[in-house]
Amino acid sequence: MAGRGAMNTADTIFALASGGGRGAIAVLRMSGPAAGMALAALAGGLPKSRMASLRRLRDEAGEVLDQALVLWFPGPHSYTGEDSAELHLHGGPAVVAAVAGALAALGARPAEPGEFTRRAFLNGRMDLTAAEGVADLVAAETDAQRRQALRQVDGALATLTGAWAGRLTRLLAHQEAAIEFAEDDLPTDLGDQARAGAVALRAEIEQHLADGGRGERLREGVLVAILGAPNAGKSSLLNALVGREAAIVSARAGTTRDVVEVRLDLAGVPVTLADTAGLREAGDEIEQEGIRRAHRRAEEADLVLAVFATDAPPDAETLAWVTPAALVVANKVDLRSAPATIGGVVPLAISARSGEGLDALRAALSAAAVRLAGAGDAALLTRPRHRAALTEASAWLAEAEAAALPELGSEALRAALRALGRLTGQVGVEAILDVVFRDFCIGK
Amino acid sequence: MNQMFDVIVIGGGHAGCEAAAGAARCGARTLLLTHKIETIGEMSCNPAIGGVGKGHLVREVDALDGIMARAADAAAIHVKTLNRSKGPAVRGPRAQADRKLYRAAIRGLLEAQPGLTILAAAAEGIETAADGGIAAVLTGDGRRIACGALVVTTGTFLRGEIHIGERRIPAGRVGDAPAVGLALAFERLGLPLARLKTGTPPRLDGRTIAWDELEAQPGDDPPEPLSWMTERITNRQVVCGITSTTPATHALIRANLHQSAVYGGRIQGVGPRYCPSIEDKVVRFAERERHQVFLEPEGLDDDTVYPNGISTSLPEDVQAAMIATMPGLRNARIVRPGYAIEYDHVDPRALSPALEVRSVPRLFLAGQINGTTGYEEAAAQGLMAGLNAAARASGGTANRVLTRGEAYVGVLVDDLVLQGVSEPYRMLTARAEHRLVLRADNAGLRLTETGIAWGCVGPERAARHQAFAAAVTDALARARSDSATPAALATGGIAMNQDGKRRSVLEVLALPGIDPALVDAAFPWLRDLAPALRSQLEAEALYAPYLRRQEAEMRLLEREERMHIPDNLDFTVVPGLSSEMRQRLSAARPATLGSAGRLPGITPAAIAALAVALRREGARST
Ligand SMILES: Nc1nc2c(ncn2[C@@H]2O[C@H](COP(=O)(O)OP(=O)(O)O)[C@@H](O)[C@H]2O)c(=O)[nH]1
Ligand SMILES: [Mg+2]
Repeated sequence: MAGRGAMNTADTIFALASGGGRGAIAVLRMSGPAAGMALAALAGGLPKSRMASLRRLRDEAGEVLDQALVLWFPGPHSYTGEDSAELHLHGGPAVVAAVAGALAALGARPAEPGEFTRRAFLNGRMDLTAAEGVADLVAAETDAQRRQALRQVDGALATLTGAWAGRLTRLLAHQEAAIEFAEDDLPTDLGDQARAGAVALRAEIEQHLADGGRGERLREGVLVAILGAPNAGKSSLLNALVGREAAIVSARAGTTRDVVEVRLDLAGVPVTLADTAGLREAGDEIEQEGIRRAHRRAEEADLVLAVFATDAPPDAETLAWVTPAALVVANKVDLRSAPATIGGVVPLAISARSGEGLDALRAALSAAAVRLAGAGDAALLTRPRHRAALTEASAWLAEAEAAALPELGSEALRAALRALGRLTGQVGVEAILDVVFRDFCIGK
Repeated sequence: MNQMFDVIVIGGGHAGCEAAAGAARCGARTLLLTHKIETIGEMSCNPAIGGVGKGHLVREVDALDGIMARAADAAAIHVKTLNRSKGPAVRGPRAQADRKLYRAAIRGLLEAQPGLTILAAAAEGIETAADGGIAAVLTGDGRRIACGALVVTTGTFLRGEIHIGERRIPAGRVGDAPAVGLALAFERLGLPLARLKTGTPPRLDGRTIAWDELEAQPGDDPPEPLSWMTERITNRQVVCGITSTTPATHALIRANLHQSAVYGGRIQGVGPRYCPSIEDKVVRFAERERHQVFLEPEGLDDDTVYPNGISTSLPEDVQAAMIATMPGLRNARIVRPGYAIEYDHVDPRALSPALEVRSVPRLFLAGQINGTTGYEEAAAQGLMAGLNAAARASGGTANRVLTRGEAYVGVLVDDLVLQGVSEPYRMLTARAEHRLVLRADNAGLRLTETGIAWGCVGPERAARHQAFAAAVTDALARARSDSATPAALATGGIAMNQDGKRRSVLEVLALPGIDPALVDAAFPWLRDLAPALRSQLEAEALYAPYLRRQEAEMRLLEREERMHIPDNLDFTVVPGLSSEMRQRLSAARPATLGSAGRLPGITPAAIAALAVALRREGARST
């Protein structure tokens, strides 16, 4: 891939940092080893570093392109850690295009999405979670995902983890002092202090772990499995919700033999709707497989949408999935009115055919998605990796509380600290390698 | 007169003695050059060897057949294992020594060492060969002594300056002239230098101390030897006293701070955060009303007492007034005032992991000159420098290096050559990642085999070690396989979960707060084990479950640690490294990915990029 191959950090890159289109000012950012040379060529010499200076920008032929405010940030104290520059141009596509053309003529190339931030990560200017945030930002499908990714780029998770690591370091220092300086009449309760600190810290970490996995769900999307007897109208319902013919609708029972999935944006939360084969005693072998998959998908799902048709008695297989956490709908109310309750739950009365009740269903689905993914609040753990690291840190803190000997307590605190370090990438090359290999295209 | 030695060691302190003995044990014809024969093995500061961390080092030096522990045992007059209430991994054996006896013991051991010559002469210069490496040493009395390798262990001789109040005296230790010629020679080698400071307390006349007014602190009975080769400590044991500073002491110090060399701004060198001067303590811990002071006798027929905890550079008259404010010391007479000493040290990042100066082949540095403090730290480096010098002199290019996972010695050397020092470096157990494994009680099991391979362990210790190691292996195997039912254990008074699961001896030993007598009753063969053997089982029982839980992580660490960086790797072409990282890595030239990760200022992302490059390199070469 040409673009990927161009990820070489030896390149000098540029991009519009302000929104595109017509504006009062457009900011072009540039970073890389040739940034100084390019800036000097455009602006007739390098300005004083970190100071805004007004310069006339000229192309190679000496033609004036714009009068601009230019800023020079020599590495490593720049956003990317490399030599960088900012050009505040008079907005307007023609000016931007002309300056971009001049930069390209000087050997720089347009940056790829997130590339400035990737470079910042590679140069140690940001931690692992921020780098993950960059990857998420580039991949964000919905607004809530974008906000979530931005929070992580801004260091919300790293700051929290860093604060915990700071406290843990202090606890460890106290514990170590009691071991190391046995004769130096230190306060006798250092061990107890460390223990109390571990208890408090663990409570805080546990609080974050008890977020119900909202952050991960927002990042990955909420999975909703549509279950129901054949011909209950599952595929019709899915199509009605999506507004296009995603699943085959047929009057013959057992048409949807596999799982059909579509992705929706519900109130900023990405939601995957999975249409499944009807739950019933299967006829042929392929359908049996379809039903097996339906069950598996239902088990993985964050939410079950149980569909019953009003023109048939509720089937036992689907009733088994009716719980207070499930969404229950009575479909085909154009044919017959909905029963008061199904399996003890008041169903949403809808008609996939006439569209009746669909708005209410969509609202109910959105509310459930927001509840499950926490689109509005700020669950900071966005990857299983984060949860694993914190779970481990918490377990070691519990170990430290229970340790019978100070050196064992200390060992547990150290292990907890390493677990936190893995989260931000201070510890453990492997985790970083994952990101590096997956998102940064090194080593090809 | 022209002479030739394989290894020359300059300096007769703790690093020099261990270096000379170690090189000679390896079969190198070795010369120990020192100003004064009489001060060989001098304890210039606290008359004690060992402690937490330091005791670990002493045991490791001993495991490689070094001399410090044996000499300390011969001179011990008050022995105590610190942290006895804590687990074996952090227990630190410590011996206070009679200074005179210690010197005599060291001298005796050196004189008995075949292949070692001792000469009293000042080293005035160094002669280099065509390759820029060491060729010979020039002495003050006009000799040129050729050598295959040189170990310099001259402590604080580089621009050493003593401060007592406003007085300044150029010196190494009190009474020793600083080695001017050698310092000049060093200057010409262009080694990177930095300034540090350290201090000592005034010494007191024990006959003028009111011992009966003080809390007495006896040593352990029986005293446990530091060396594995010592059967028993035979000296009469003495008792220490404990006194403390008082509010009056602190007021006096505050009133005179401007006269302190440290606080009067006459000293720029950085002092240690631990072991601070009493001025530092009073300023930094203003809320404390007292600081404990141990009164440690310096010898059996020596009345000098070392008041541990009040090193100072105040003027003599203030020191005297300060001492008089402390319980039991109203009439105490100062024999020698305390002082601060400021000195240059070589930035140890200029050294390879073999303690060889990278830019000067065959020149090794060890001890305080590398920015460390403490006899034990000095001895450990001296030993390693001596072993490497012997190897180099015999034409070997392989380094004798211990890893962080193997020994505190490895932690010490790795810290020095990778991180450098920002204050006098002292060994602490917290510096070791593998603390539960690196115990003072298993130094021999960890290291003696390596020492035998290096040729620095004598036949007597080797034989003893091999017998013990075999016995430990047997006992561990038996303790893993021999087991009892919970019901049987309960009958024997060992309460536990009656889940029907058999428990091994190790599992029973690991029960918190278990009475050893009950375990013995359940498994009578334990009674026949030598105490040293039994403590190995207990430590294993105590720590093994913990170590198992950390195993996966430690394996990962080890893998990074061992990932070798080729000597010829060009860091400037490693993709994804910023120019800053490239510079740092090129300057330090770490040997492994693990050591690269410990370099200050190297980011985890840089390590990841490096790992990628190394894997690609590895893929290409295999
Ligand atoms: N009258 C009526 N028919 C419906 C409604 N929803 C679905 N159907 C019909 O029911 C049959 C089965 O629908 P389908 O979506 O394939 O059901 P599935 O097997 O559950 O996926 C089709 O003929 C649909 O047209 C509805 O709301 N009202
Ligand atoms: Mg269908």
